[in-house]
Amino acid sequence: MLEQLNTRLPKLPSLAAVRKMQSLSRREMRNGLLFLSPWLFGFVAFTFLPMIATLIFSFLNLRITDGIFSTPKFVGFDNYAQLLKDPQAGIVPTTWFSSKTPSSLLITIKFALFALPIGILAPLGLALLMNNQYLKGQFVFRSLFYMPFIVPFVASVFLWGGMLNTETGWINRVLLFLGVAKESLPQWANDVNWVYPTYVIMGIWGIGNAMLIMLAGLQGVPTELYDAAKVDGANSWATFWNITFPMISPVIFYNLVLDIVGLFQYFLVPLVVNAGTGRPGGATMFYNLYLYKTFFTYQNMSYGSTLAWFLFLVILIITIVLFATAKYWVYYAGETRS
Amino acid sequence: MNKKIRTGINSTFITLVVLSLLVVFLSPFAFMMVTSLKTREQISVVGAPIWPAAQPKYTYNDKEVDVFTVPMSKCAGFDANSTATKNLAITKKGRQESTFVDPDDLARGEFVCQVSWRALDRPWIFSPSWQNYVEVWKTIPNGYWRLLTNTTFYAVVTMIGTVISCILVAFGFARFRFPGRDFLFIVLISTIFLPGAVTIIPTYSFWQKLGLVGTWYPLIVPHFFANAYNVFLFRQYFMTLPRELDESAMMDGASPLRILWSIIIPQSYPVIIAVVVFHIVFAWNDYFGPLIYLSTARQNWPISVALSSFNGIYGSQPQLIQAGALLALILPVILFFVAQRFFVQGIVITGVEK
Repeated sequence: MLEQLNTRLPKLPSLAAVRKMQSLSRREMRNGLLFLSPWLFGFVAFTFLPMIATLIFSFLNLRITDGIFSTPKFVGFDNYAQLLKDPQAGIVPTTWFSSKTPSSLLITIKFALFALPIGILAPLGLALLMNNQYLKGQFVFRSLFYMPFIVPFVASVFLWGGMLNTETGWINRVLLFLGVAKESLPQWANDVNWVYPTYVIMGIWGIGNAMLIMLAGLQGVPTELYDAAKVDGANSWATFWNITFPMISPVIFYNLVLDIVGLFQYFLVPLVVNAGTGRPGGATMFYNLYLYKTFFTYQNMSYGSTLAWFLFLVILIITIVLFATAKYWVYYAGETRS
Repeated sequence: MNKKIRTGINSTFITLVVLSLLVVFLSPFAFMMVTSLKTREQISVVGAPIWPAAQPKYTYNDKEVDVFTVPMSKCAGFDANSTATKNLAITKKGRQESTFVDPDDLARGEFVCQVSWRALDRPWIFSPSWQNYVEVWKTIPNGYWRLLTNTTFYAVVTMIGTVISCILVAFGFARFRFPGRDFLFIVLISTIFLPGAVTIIPTYSFWQKLGLVGTWYPLIVPHFFANAYNVFLFRQYFMTLPRELDESAMMDGASPLRILWSIIIPQSYPVIIAVVVFHIVFAWNDYFGPLIYLSTARQNWPISVALSSFNGIYGSQPQLIQAGALLALILPVILFFVAQRFFVQGIVITGVEK
């Protein structure tokens, strides 16, 4: 899906060029646009205009009080000045370790650094296991590992809330059985040191989708390549790095981009698991959660919009950097495209 | 022969490793089922078994009495060297000696054992409490039946909108050549990576201004305007279909809509089914949308929102929470097993195809 984005952006035609078109191709254009029109309309109405509106809001002082919108006033860069000073947003790295209020941006980055490698390696490892030639019943395993992905989010939070309960949860019972002292059992979601692992465990449960995508990538590697490597006497490590990895690099790239974009917007899990309070000790006040609360709880439209545009810019820059690096390590077989 | 044995050992080893991983991976389901069948009493007792069980009572002379596990060597009239234990109903509790009857041997009547009843254990017998499901069914906000119809309504209506709009748009991308098409396609794909935060505030405010927060409109309407994932899925599939049929139909003067309806769609059932099941699972599980737009309109709640409110109401009753979770996940799981072939196909197209 991403290969399209990795190539040079095609140009929009000039109006003069359209005017010069033959009537037949002009009809084709008209029909094509007609079929595209539901999306074109939807894109403008539900994506493009709201984005612009968010930008405009960030220069106003809009609030909602009791369901009534305040009269907007242009305030210039006031909201952005506030964003720079806001310790809860914490977008200035020099204040990250001196401020008393934990920076929600730092929390987001810390969690992303912790969760991202697992989010790539766990599905890749599982897919490699599923693709092992000696594994019997691959189809059944594949479905069963996928299944938790379709469990409703709230239900999975409840399941893991039970599993990770300090006293009655099975995880702590197993730890107790393995000889962990009762006092040192983790408090999981209520423990500053264990809350991120708790989230990651809940996240790993839903790796089925990424696993299937990676598995499909692995199965698409031509077997002749492996045969050739065998003839050359390559060991399995060399085979992985020189054949498997380059061949599935587009799939890894796809998951990497989606994971990073997702992690920077992470907030639903802390919203439900820790009630969106930032407990324990402010460790779960993620940036997007703070944004959510600024708008939905404190009804500050303009400052929420400012937070939103900053997040958008951060994600945009990261995505652009990722795409720029892609040409060094992502390999698209058969570069010619239609 | 040697090679065969080695393959056999490798197979057994790998399969066992994956199997044990799977057991761990699926253990939350076991936890959910087991917990959902426990009684509230069992959960509050320290040292109660892990499976759903109850401590039996016995009705003796119209009175409910507890049952204890008694070492028979302490009882009058039994072998003093015996190591056997029996589950007996207590009729008189005492510190030094207690009186029991044997429910399996009533003819013997009451007899005395030299035991303090406090030192005895009460036995647990397997006893699933199906009552929990009845209770959840009735007490979940709106009642389960209403949640089911609400959620189904949302899933089906938006599914229709998604399928129709995405097929139209994908057909436009797959079968028409015009300048600017590839640019628009890239814009479409880019929306997958657009953070929702940058559009949600004006969108929500817009629906609020219209007075439609609390209704289904904000959740349903956008689905009639196509989305990148499903357009991509349909487009990839349509591009694999041979063009000859379309072209000959066009020669015969068929309109594009006619070609889509009579030639493309009949060849595309696998991908249509994939989108349908994906979408139904998505809509069934959708939590954030209904949470922000419907949280004040309780009568419209889908199952996800009702379930999350359940946590606050029954925080101290894990058996009801787990029963509620099971009632929420059972339908998507069934749908998945019925249609898994199409699921897998759809995922492969989005992730791997260019």
